[in-house]
Amino acid sequence: MADRAVALSGKTGLFAAALVAGLILAALVAVFTAADLGAGLGPADWAAVRFTAMQAVLSAVLSVLLAVPVARALARRRFWGRGALITLLGAPFILPVIVAVLGLLTVFGRSGVLNQFGAALGLPPVSIYGLHGVVLAHIFFNLPLATRLLLQGWQSIPSERFRLAGQLQMTPRALFLALEWPMLRQVLPGVAALIFVICLTSFAVALTLGGGPRATTIELAIYQAFRFDFDLGRAALLSVVQLVLAGAAAVVALWLIPPISLGGGLDRPLRRWDARGGGQRVLDGGVITVAALFLLLPLGAVALRGLVGLGQLPPSVWQAALNSILVAGLSVMVLAAPALPMAGWIATRRRGGVEAIGLMGLAASPLMIGTGWFILINPVLDPARLSLPVTALVNALMALPFVLRILVPRLRETLQDYGPLTQTLGMNGWALWRLLVLPRLRPQLGFAAGLTGALSVGDLGVIALFADQERATLPLQMYRLMGAYRMEAAAGAALLLLVLALAVFFICDKWGRWHADA
Amino acid sequence: MLTLEGMRIERGDFSLTADMTLAPGRSYAVIGPSGSGKSTLLAAICGFVPVAAGRLSREGEEVTDQHPGQRGMTMLFQDNNLFPHLTVRQNVGLGLRPDLRLKAADQARIDAALARVGLSDHAAKRPGALSGGQQSRVALARVLVQARPWVLLDEPFAALGPALRVEMLDLVQDLAREAGAGLIMVTHAPDDVRRIADEVIFVEGGRVHAPGPATELLDNPPPALRAYLG
Repeated sequence: MADRAVALSGKTGLFAAALVAGLILAALVAVFTAADLGAGLGPADWAAVRFTAMQAVLSAVLSVLLAVPVARALARRRFWGRGALITLLGAPFILPVIVAVLGLLTVFGRSGVLNQFGAALGLPPVSIYGLHGVVLAHIFFNLPLATRLLLQGWQSIPSERFRLAGQLQMTPRALFLALEWPMLRQVLPGVAALIFVICLTSFAVALTLGGGPRATTIELAIYQAFRFDFDLGRAALLSVVQLVLAGAAAVVALWLIPPISLGGGLDRPLRRWDARGGGQRVLDGGVITVAALFLLLPLGAVALRGLVGLGQLPPSVWQAALNSILVAGLSVMVLAAPALPMAGWIATRRRGGVEAIGLMGLAASPLMIGTGWFILINPVLDPARLSLPVTALVNALMALPFVLRILVPRLRETLQDYGPLTQTLGMNGWALWRLLVLPRLRPQLGFAAGLTGALSVGDLGVIALFADQERATLPLQMYRLMGAYRMEAAAGAALLLLVLALAVFFICDKWGRWHADA
Repeated sequence: MLTLEGMRIERGDFSLTADMTLAPGRSYAVIGPSGSGKSTLLAAICGFVPVAAGRLSREGEEVTDQHPGQRGMTMLFQDNNLFPHLTVRQNVGLGLRPDLRLKAADQARIDAALARVGLSDHAAKRPGALSGGQQSRVALARVLVQARPWVLLDEPFAALGPALRVEMLDLVQDLAREAGAGLIMVTHAPDDVRRIADEVIFVEGGRVHAPGPATELLDNPPPALRAYLG
């Protein structure tokens, strides 16, 4: 009923948004001025553009198509471990990419489990490198995400409809056409768009599983132009291409992308009366088992191999792990400073395009921003000396859109519920933050901090651009070990990294939920 | 003295006009069909909903555009009257210091208010640990320490059972009388009106009818009010 807006952080929020926009724009300007625009794109660059688009389309379409049967099976079956499996579906989001890649290599790689099995049957070895490897890794990451989002869709169908379907004894086909397909038609495009955008700017997967003239993404091409040729003009030019591509996709996706929830309620199984037939039970059981194995086997493989490798860890790994923790902590703090006032500013505004500022970070890829700042810093200072702070800052920018999507809805709700009360009491400014906003948003803050910290710990992006031999984060150090074919030590580092990322997320999230009452 | 002069509230197609003067220290019941704008009227008086035309003044001073916290009123809403993450003591304390920097004298006043509503033993608890009636008492303790000349009630006791609601209304009336504060309350129940209201404000057809003596109006209602009361 309250029309009067609560004054939460008008000017500060605006200032924070301007600061974020400024950081990104500065990189943009640097990239544009340095870009060798006259040179145009060579055949290799066009190949990178084509490969980037193709792998993103394939990854999005396959992830979504495969997620439909998994989500449907999870939506209509109740079984022991269902809740745990659904929680596990959230894990790839915070899983360090390079850890998953090592896991996939262990299972699907040249000397991996699958190929050894195939060799026993006399089959020729299958290589995981190239397009199918990149797509496989993207499916590994995005199938769970798609499944969770589709499961949300299934749960948005009112339970009365399923009761009605049970009463009418609708056949599975009739039920699919009447209830499930209309929901899917609404949800699928958004989920596919989200995955497409995520895969467009994928770097670490392409770095480890792609490469070569036939499997290079734009993001990887930027890195190669930078590291191998030290051709800043070309790196900048590719950054412009990346920006146009990802920016256009992100703008389109902005209207389609579903809200990101804390995932509450997804583990609440709904009683269903359809699909009781034996064939359907077997089908659903099979789908769930295969999906679970697809997720668990690579992780289990890394963990097992890592236990063996832990003893072989060189001291550089421990130093890198410390650096990673430092970067993650810095990321969370650097992010909180603009994210809180921005969220306050956005939440008091009528719904609108202000959130787009946060999404700029998504459209501007990490390596593009990294390239821009490298160009800005290079004349003044050795960029390698700033590699860790810059990595922390870029990681924070990348997490900003997600964090805003986590904080803003809850903040809106809080202000709607308690805004009038705070006004009659005359609460404002810092008291309002201290006594109302921060305590009410604690679970969301913990979740957002955990997400940011975990993403930052596991990030292999800008750091690869900036770092020198002395400065590295754990993912980069692990990548170097893999490059040197020290696979056991790499697996040990992977296990350490996995534990770090999960611990950061778990500790922050737990802090948020601790004493969080009604 | 609260004066509404040619006050008009507009919300889309809906509009409501009010012209009346309310005397300090008296109890007014606002009644009328659902959707007639009772809650909107209270929200406008308290400053949550903008006034399209006319003016609102208190003791002769115009407060039409003043911030809700500065117009000498406090309001109890249908829900969300307490912060669930703060203790009972903190919730009451907010009525004294909106930043909760409480001094010793403030603590004494909070203790007195909690004792007055019978919650001395519950000061350290959070609202979630209290019953619905106790939660209402906490809100009333805060109203007590706020000591504003006007208390507005937008059916805050609607979720309570009949006996508890009556108990709360009596407590509100006692507290208002002790503090010399005026009461304006939205209600649906004619019994509540008889119980605590001195005068009745009837809202209907986009108009706020000037207050009339409660017993008289209920015993001998004009046609529109008769149609509503049934």
